[in-house]
Amino acid sequence: MDKAVPHFREELEALLARLLEMGGLAEARVREAVEGLVTRDPALIAKVRDGDEPLNRLHIEIDDRCFRLLALHQPMATDLRAIVAAVKINTDLERVGDLAVNIAQAAGRYATHPPVKKLIDIPQMSDIAQGMLHDALDAFVRRDTRLAQQVLNEDDRLDGLKTQVFRELLTYMLQDPSTVEPALDLILISRHLERIGDHATNIAEDVIFMVSAQDVRHHTAGGA
Amino acid sequence: MIKVRAERLNFYYGATRALQDISVAVQPNVVTAFIGPSGCGKSTFLRTLNRMNDIVPGTRVEGRVLIDDADIYAPGVDVVALRRRVGMVFQKSNPFPKSIFENVAYGLRINNMAGSRSELAGRVEESLRQAALWGEVKDRLHESALAISGGQQQRLCIARALAVRPEILLMDEPASALDPIATQRIEELIYDLKQAYTIVIVTHNMQQAARVSDYTAFFWLGRLVEYDRTDKIFTNPAEQLTEDYVTGRFG
Amino acid sequence: MRRLPDRAFQAVALAVLCLALAALAALILDVWRDGASRLSWDFLTGFPSRRAESAGIWHALTGSVFVILVTAALAVPIGVGAAIYLEEYGTRSLLARLIEINITNLAAVPSIIYGLLGLGLFVRALGMGRSVLAGASTLALLVLPVIILTTREALRAVPRSIREGSYALGATKWQTIWHQVLPVALPGILTGTILALSRAIGETAPLITIGALTFVAFVPDGLWSPFTVLPIQIFNWVSRPQPAFQVNAAAAILVLLALLLTMNAAAVWLRDRYQKKLV
Repeated sequence: MDKAVPHFREELEALLARLLEMGGLAEARVREAVEGLVTRDPALIAKVRDGDEPLNRLHIEIDDRCFRLLALHQPMATDLRAIVAAVKINTDLERVGDLAVNIAQAAGRYATHPPVKKLIDIPQMSDIAQGMLHDALDAFVRRDTRLAQQVLNEDDRLDGLKTQVFRELLTYMLQDPSTVEPALDLILISRHLERIGDHATNIAEDVIFMVSAQDVRHHTAGGA
Repeated sequence: MIKVRAERLNFYYGATRALQDISVAVQPNVVTAFIGPSGCGKSTFLRTLNRMNDIVPGTRVEGRVLIDDADIYAPGVDVVALRRRVGMVFQKSNPFPKSIFENVAYGLRINNMAGSRSELAGRVEESLRQAALWGEVKDRLHESALAISGGQQQRLCIARALAVRPEILLMDEPASALDPIATQRIEELIYDLKQAYTIVIVTHNMQQAARVSDYTAFFWLGRLVEYDRTDKIFTNPAEQLTEDYVTGRFG
Repeated sequence: MRRLPDRAFQAVALAVLCLALAALAALILDVWRDGASRLSWDFLTGFPSRRAESAGIWHALTGSVFVILVTAALAVPIGVGAAIYLEEYGTRSLLARLIEINITNLAAVPSIIYGLLGLGLFVRALGMGRSVLAGASTLALLVLPVIILTTREALRAVPRSIREGSYALGATKWQTIWHQVLPVALPGILTGTILALSRAIGETAPLITIGALTFVAFVPDGLWSPFTVLPIQIFNWVSRPQPAFQVNAAAAILVLLALLLTMNAAAVWLRDRYQKKLV
């Protein structure tokens, strides 16, 4: 008989499930966008560029669920922090989806030029960003602050890679002005990936707040 | 499909009009909550649905209340049969000063639904299970109903109402006298019971209405101000009056 | 200092109570001193006699008990029934209100008037003669108002929530009264009834008026039998000149007091028992 408000729990579980689904979708779109960049596959690029709709629908649905849960159940303590975290994570994931579209647009432009160089660092950045996103959501679901902390640490690697990509492409542009345009697109993409990492960092910070009620936003991750 | 429909219902206590032109349609197998400040008529309206006001002298009803499209205020309606179909749970738990078993069996006995001894015992157990009380009282069925806790007494009253297999269950502030944990159990019970019953609950606790109901009606000064889906009422009501009430800016 | 008047009042109340108890004690003590020596098995089971030493009260004791039982059999169903009607059914009608006023007045009528009514109605008009039935009927009339009033009181004390709970389950009015209201009101009804009957057992005037015999040498053997009761026997003995009969009277008073006390104790016991059963 000791089932504390099971139907509220059910609703909460459903919300988390949708959020995970959205995270998976956002991750997949980042992966496909970078894959499109590397393989210069116009179909794949177009798919990412024009396929933001499912993610947007989820975004609205999750917001709506959070809204209803807050209005109708007046959650307290952990439950309250979980739902507030869900609202923020939802926004982060939606932004990740937008960034995937931006990457696809840049990839589309880049594909109209001859390749500047062999792409190594950018796919690696993409892997790291996806991993961060994945881990951050995992940490959210499992309420795992240690995993969330790892995500925060990963962000430094991503920043380092971004700077490295910028410097390398700078040399290409100095040598051959005709590469300026595609190289700028690559720099832009690396910046988008770095932003995705920032969103993953936000999520990780929300997870830590949700679990421990400790705000780590502007000291621990301050250097990012 | 509509289970209960009130049409331009007016209710008078002597010369005072306590309800004014209430029209509302309650759907089956959902929980409908009536909210509003004290004296707004929500309880009075609830009690018109099983003609409980009939036993209060000096009251008068105008308009119609249809249950399954039949007017319960039409001449010749059997009020006793009506009340068997429309069960009621009161604000203050009111178990009879008898044993737990007899409390549940009473409705069955007076309605000639008791059957054999084992049938009766079966029905009593089933009702207590439905009210999520069986586990707590199964070893003390023949002890006084007044010896169990307030929350248990209220669930006993729910079991008692369920025993005669009503179609509609009216609840008049069923948890207002209970502590938060007992309240939570009653609310969960309401949520579970709506699979099988049409439930109308009066509550002065807005949060409770938000948690348990699918539809909410807001009463004010004997009038029905707004009636809509609960999430609509609590997130974006159409009427300013409702908005003021649910946000606590009343008065 | 505000507590001073409070304490003063308490002291006065206590003094008054002590005074009343002292008077009662003196009375009982006096009667005990006079009559205790006469109390014996032979006195209880003996019949009246011209010689005070061999006179007993068996005829009067059985007469009292018999009359009171018949009185209860007549008064309780009628009284409770009337109370149920007035309280549950007829509260609004003009007739009911008329009856109500009459009952309240009747409770205050001196008992001798009931005796005259009994004489005219039961003994003469209905031809019951000077029988147990006539006496019991007269006493029943006497206690009816009290029974009706206490029963109504007890019915009114039943919480509305219990009635509503019953109606809400589809109970009829009668089912609600019979299964829920009456059981809850029963302790109150019982107490009121027993107290009313113990008043009746001490009544002398109405029974003398209808002509209960003052000298009966037999135990009543039926409703139509002539009879006497303890108070009349006491009255009879007290009016004799011989001091030995005064002693008999005192002893009979002790028996009557014991009977009354037993009935009142029964009232308390019944009330407690039912209340325990209910709660």
